[in-house]
Amino acid sequence: MEFPEDVRYTSEHEWARLEHGTVTVGITSYATDQLGDVVFVELPAVGKQLEAAKPFGVVEAVKTVSDLYAPIAGTVAEVNPALLENPALVNESPFGEGWMIRIKPNDPGDLKKLMTVEEYSRLIEEQHA
Amino acid sequence: MQPLATLKHTPFHARHKAAGAKLVDFAGFEMPLRYSGDVREHLAVRRAAGLFDISHMGEFDVRGAGALAFLDRCVTNDVAALEPGQALYSPMTRPDGGIVDDVLIYRLRDRYMMVVNASNIAKDFQWLKESAPADVELTDRSDQTALLAVQGPRAVEVLKGHVPDAALDLGYYRSLEGSLFGVEAVISRTGYTGEDGFELYFNPSQGEKVWDGLMRAGRGADLEPIGLGARDTLRLEMGYMLYGNDIDDSTSPLEAGLGWTVKLRKPAFAGKEALERQKSGGLLRKLVGLEAEGRRVPRHGMIVEQGGRPVGTVTSGSFSPSLEKAIAMAYVETACAGIGTALEATGGATRIPVRVVKRPFYTGGTHR
Repeated sequence: MEFPEDVRYTSEHEWARLEHGTVTVGITSYATDQLGDVVFVELPAVGKQLEAAKPFGVVEAVKTVSDLYAPIAGTVAEVNPALLENPALVNESPFGEGWMIRIKPNDPGDLKKLMTVEEYSRLIEEQHA
Repeated sequence: MQPLATLKHTPFHARHKAAGAKLVDFAGFEMPLRYSGDVREHLAVRRAAGLFDISHMGEFDVRGAGALAFLDRCVTNDVAALEPGQALYSPMTRPDGGIVDDVLIYRLRDRYMMVVNASNIAKDFQWLKESAPADVELTDRSDQTALLAVQGPRAVEVLKGHVPDAALDLGYYRSLEGSLFGVEAVISRTGYTGEDGFELYFNPSQGEKVWDGLMRAGRGADLEPIGLGARDTLRLEMGYMLYGNDIDDSTSPLEAGLGWTVKLRKPAFAGKEALERQKSGGLLRKLVGLEAEGRRVPRHGMIVEQGGRPVGTVTSGSFSPSLEKAIAMAYVETACAGIGTALEATGGATRIPVRVVKRPFYTGGTHR
C-alpha cells in the first residue's frame, strides 16, 4: 500500500497536512480499507478546542464504527461539508475530497511529532508481517 | 484471532485472492469479507445476483434405521414431516431450552444431511455423538463438502442450462440431487438473503470448475462474488438469526421469535419441557427489531435503555444498504417489545434513539 509523502501520520491511521497555517485532517487509505464503506461521519463544531490524541469524532461504516483522534491540539477551523451528503468520499478519496476537518494548531511545530510516511509505511508492514 | 497462515482454506481460496478480496479469520477459516465493497455487493444481490462461498459451514450425514427418530428428538421442528428432497430450518436445543445451533436438515435419497454453523462444527458433532443410539450412523462431511450460494432475482438465469431443468422449478426449501456443470451436487432452493436463490453442495475436488462455470454463466446476469460483510447485512435486513450474536446456548427459540419452528405437539425432543414451561409462564424477554433515528448504528453489545433504565442488549446492528437506515436486533424486556416503543441504544458516551419495528426490516425480497 502506497501513502502520500506530503502528510504526517498517527498510529490511529489519521493523516495531517499543513496548508496555509491550518492542518487538514483525514483518515488513511489503510483505515478505509479496514473499515469498508463509510456511511456516516460525526464531526465536531467549528470553534471546538481539540486535545492531541483525544477523540474528535466518529466514523460509522456498514460493518463497524471507529473513533477519530486529533493528530494535534488546536481549534476546529472548518469541517468538510461534503461528507454530510456523501460520506462515501472518505472511501473514494481518503487523502483528498474525503478530508474531515481543518485545525488551527496551537503550535504548528507539533506536526513534526507525528509519523513520516516511512515510519507509517513500516507500521503497516509490521502489522501485516 | 489466529495467524492467517494456520487458518483453513475453502476450495475457492485462490479465486478469492485473485479477485482481490479482503480476507479475514471467520471461525478458523480464511474467508472473503468483501471484494468490491459492502454496499455494492449487497445491492448486487438485491438487484441481480451474487455468488457466495460458504464452504466453511459444516455438513453431517445422518444414516441408519434410527436416523429420523434421532433427529426428531434433537431439534424442535418436525423432521418427520419432511418429504423426499425437502429441507427444514430448526433450532437444535438443550434440555434447558437453550440453542445448541440453528441448522438445516435435508431429507436426501439415502440419508439426512444436517448443515451447521462453521463456528459450531466440533460442538454440534460432539453433542449429537453423545446422544446417538447404535442404529444411527453420524459422519462429519464438512471437509469433503464445498458449498456455494447463488442468490438474487437473477439466480435462475445464472444456473439455467447448467443444472437439470427440474432444479429451476424447485419450490422454496426443496432440493434435488443432480448435475451442476457436470459435477454431482445437492441443488437446494434455500438461502440467507431474502432473495430467490440456490445453495449448492458438491465435492470440493471439483470446486474451481464449478466456481469458474458459475462466474462465466453469470456474466449476462451481472453476477458478482459476495463477501461475508454483505452476507451479514442481507440476513440482518431479513431479521434472520446469526448464531453467536442473536441466539446461543443461553437464549431460547421462543425468546428469539422462532416459535414457528417449535413443535410442542411432538411427543418428545430435547428442551420440550423447558420450552413448555416458558410458553405457559410467559417470556421475560423478546428479540425485537430496532430502527435508529439518525445515522449512528446500534452495535452488538450495546445496552438498550428506556428512560435511563437498562432493559436489554443489542445482538446485531448495521447500516442497512437497502433501507439506508441503521437497523438492529436486541433482546428487551417483554414490556418494552411492543412495535413503536421508543428506546435508546447506549455504549460509552454514545446514545442512539431507536424504536421497535417489525421484522423483517426489508420486505421487497424475491424469495418464495
